[in-house]
Amino acid sequence: MSRLRRNHWLPEHWESYEIRTEEWLVNMGPQHPSTHGVLRLVLRTRGELVLEVTPYIGYLHRCAEKIGENVNAQQWIPYTDRMDYLSAMNMNLGWALTVEKLLGIEVPERGKHLRVILAELNRIASHLVAVGTYALDLGNFTPFMYCFREREKILNLFEWVCGARLTYSFIVIGGVRADLPKGWLQACENFLTEFERALPELHVLLTENKIFISRTAGVGVLPPKLAIQYGCTGPVLRGSGIAWDLRRHGEPIYTRMYDEYDFQIAAPDISGNYPRQDVFPPVPGEAVVGDCWHRFFVRMYEISQSIFIVRQALDKYSRAQGNVGEPVKHSQKLPVGEAYLETECPRGQMGFLVVGNNSPIPWRARARSSSFCNLSVLSELCRGVLLADVPAIVGSLDIVLGEVDR
Amino acid sequence: MFLIFLASIIILLGVFTVAAFLVWAERKVAARIQDRLGPTRVGGRFGWLQSVADGIKILTKEDIIPRDADSALFRIAPYLALAVGFSWFVVLPFSEHLVVARVESAAVFLLALAGLEIYAVLLGGYASGSKWSLIGAMREAVQVVSYEVPLALCAVIPVLLSGSMDLVTIANAQSGGFWHWFVFNSPFAFLGFWVFMVCTTAGLNRAPFDLPEAESELVSGYMTEYSGFRWAVFMLTEYVIMFAVSALGAILFLGGWHGPLPITAWLGLDRLAYPWAFWIQNLAGIINLLVKAMLCTLGIIWARWTLPRLRIDQVMTMCLKYCLPLAIVAFFGSLLWKLGSM
Repeated sequence: MSRLRRNHWLPEHWESYEIRTEEWLVNMGPQHPSTHGVLRLVLRTRGELVLEVTPYIGYLHRCAEKIGENVNAQQWIPYTDRMDYLSAMNMNLGWALTVEKLLGIEVPERGKHLRVILAELNRIASHLVAVGTYALDLGNFTPFMYCFREREKILNLFEWVCGARLTYSFIVIGGVRADLPKGWLQACENFLTEFERALPELHVLLTENKIFISRTAGVGVLPPKLAIQYGCTGPVLRGSGIAWDLRRHGEPIYTRMYDEYDFQIAAPDISGNYPRQDVFPPVPGEAVVGDCWHRFFVRMYEISQSIFIVRQALDKYSRAQGNVGEPVKHSQKLPVGEAYLETECPRGQMGFLVVGNNSPIPWRARARSSSFCNLSVLSELCRGVLLADVPAIVGSLDIVLGEVDR
Repeated sequence: MFLIFLASIIILLGVFTVAAFLVWAERKVAARIQDRLGPTRVGGRFGWLQSVADGIKILTKEDIIPRDADSALFRIAPYLALAVGFSWFVVLPFSEHLVVARVESAAVFLLALAGLEIYAVLLGGYASGSKWSLIGAMREAVQVVSYEVPLALCAVIPVLLSGSMDLVTIANAQSGGFWHWFVFNSPFAFLGFWVFMVCTTAGLNRAPFDLPEAESELVSGYMTEYSGFRWAVFMLTEYVIMFAVSALGAILFLGGWHGPLPITAWLGLDRLAYPWAFWIQNLAGIINLLVKAMLCTLGIIWARWTLPRLRIDQVMTMCLKYCLPLAIVAFFGSLLWKLGSM
């Protein structure tokens, strides 16, 4: 010790100095591999410890709402595709239902069931991306491939229906663009059977995996109260134990589509158990309601519920009489007034507002983004976590930046 | 002198070939695990020459040194890694008579090399001038102090059982069928083998312990700022060391170049009676060792493509709280087992 002190490079009385590590501002993104697009996070860190996370958004802003005031309602459908590009069918559905609400029209029975089929298939595809990229965030590459393999089959089905693989613009105001092609129902049945066999692989690799549980259970706990305060919806809200699903609790024009369907709302109760738990892997003891594991598991649960819904819808669709609805004309005038409707998209409640003033072009078109609200809770969740937990928490919120920025 | 030079050349080429093969094999195995094809074009149906093509592509890349980097250290780091990686093969025997330098304390020498390897990562991470790289390097430092102790304790078990630190003697002590292998010597040695494999995976920075380069967290960790040839050197070294460590594991626990069944002994192929038996035994020995090392490597690859990554505190917990006591149990258990059977 005394020998060290004589070294010229050490200050006098260096022992009395408090050894202090410096705080670091680390810029994560917008090109970072695990911020799911162009999200930029500024982390205030002390070593591995993250003290504060500030999200910066706007890198994908495309003035979608302003465009909505310059095109007619039917023409805005493709722009809704590009908001949440992973669940374009659901976005189309949300806008179409909102304008239908304003116009006061309702789609025939057969069209409704067709919309349910497409929306729920898209929900599966979207959750597969969420689950797969979440595995990637935690450093596991293989489930990502398995998820995308299955998603590819759904995209093939969609391609067969409408020619597009990602941005469908298929569900339009007044119905759908066309009826299903011949043989599609059987192909969809086959897919569901195959997919149900592949689902346990994901459960083995992720849900039941010891390392996966230790990385996600108890991490980023979002209390239900906080979730409501921040306006979190979708799997993020349900992961906190609130059984709130617009397919059951929404407005009549939306819930009427799902009234005849039997499915469970994927949300844990206070003790962390899910309805009809017996067919799923057990909830690990380490998991706390509202943590990353539950948000992940809610998505896995919803995937199997959606399979169940699509099965019923295929049956109902083939038995329903009539046509699938007629797309309204581009020149269709929107009456004076406004309509707002929220629908249950895979990422949460996606709300659309349309204000008409006796012209085909909406006076105002507005989109309430679920990812935006879910993202806003990030800085609350990431207070005092480790650096490796930040991608785990961001991934569990499952945001799509196209929808956040619009 | 000339012989040593020749041996170095042969080893250098051989190891490069093995590393290139491993890169290709990992891609193929990963592809098979993930239900896809992997490389299929370069060099025929199975993409044999994919590694060569990648190597050529990497050599033509622009040489970038970031402005904030400490240029000299930035350049040194990959070659330090390479030098350490290849030093393994100086003392690593491939067969009873195929060893460049038969060193009395080879086992300790290799453990020391394993410790030296981290300097390359620390230097690379520190010199890059990037925050992600520095975090990666610091993680490596934390990881090293976690896994080194149990690793050393387990590597000492075969030394204990054979009474020598010379790898040739250790392997020869396991001759005559797989029931003589140290991994089946006692339940404790069996435990020791698995702890050894876990700790080597941690030492290799391979998933689930790939924290220093954790792709989804640290972009690429200490390798973030590296590109082109320097990156290739880091990456090749990883595979070289992966093979070397697997070969070490095979020598220490899996009988080295001794086959699972003592066929030569049954056939009565005594090397004094038949001079050519010497060559056959050595050839079979290399094949035995390579197969065992490749199987260990396959296990490591398999783990990488199956498991998620641990967090840094979980790595420390795992190594210090679980692996260390297990290694101590394995060590003292083997000791007592040996005393009891003497």
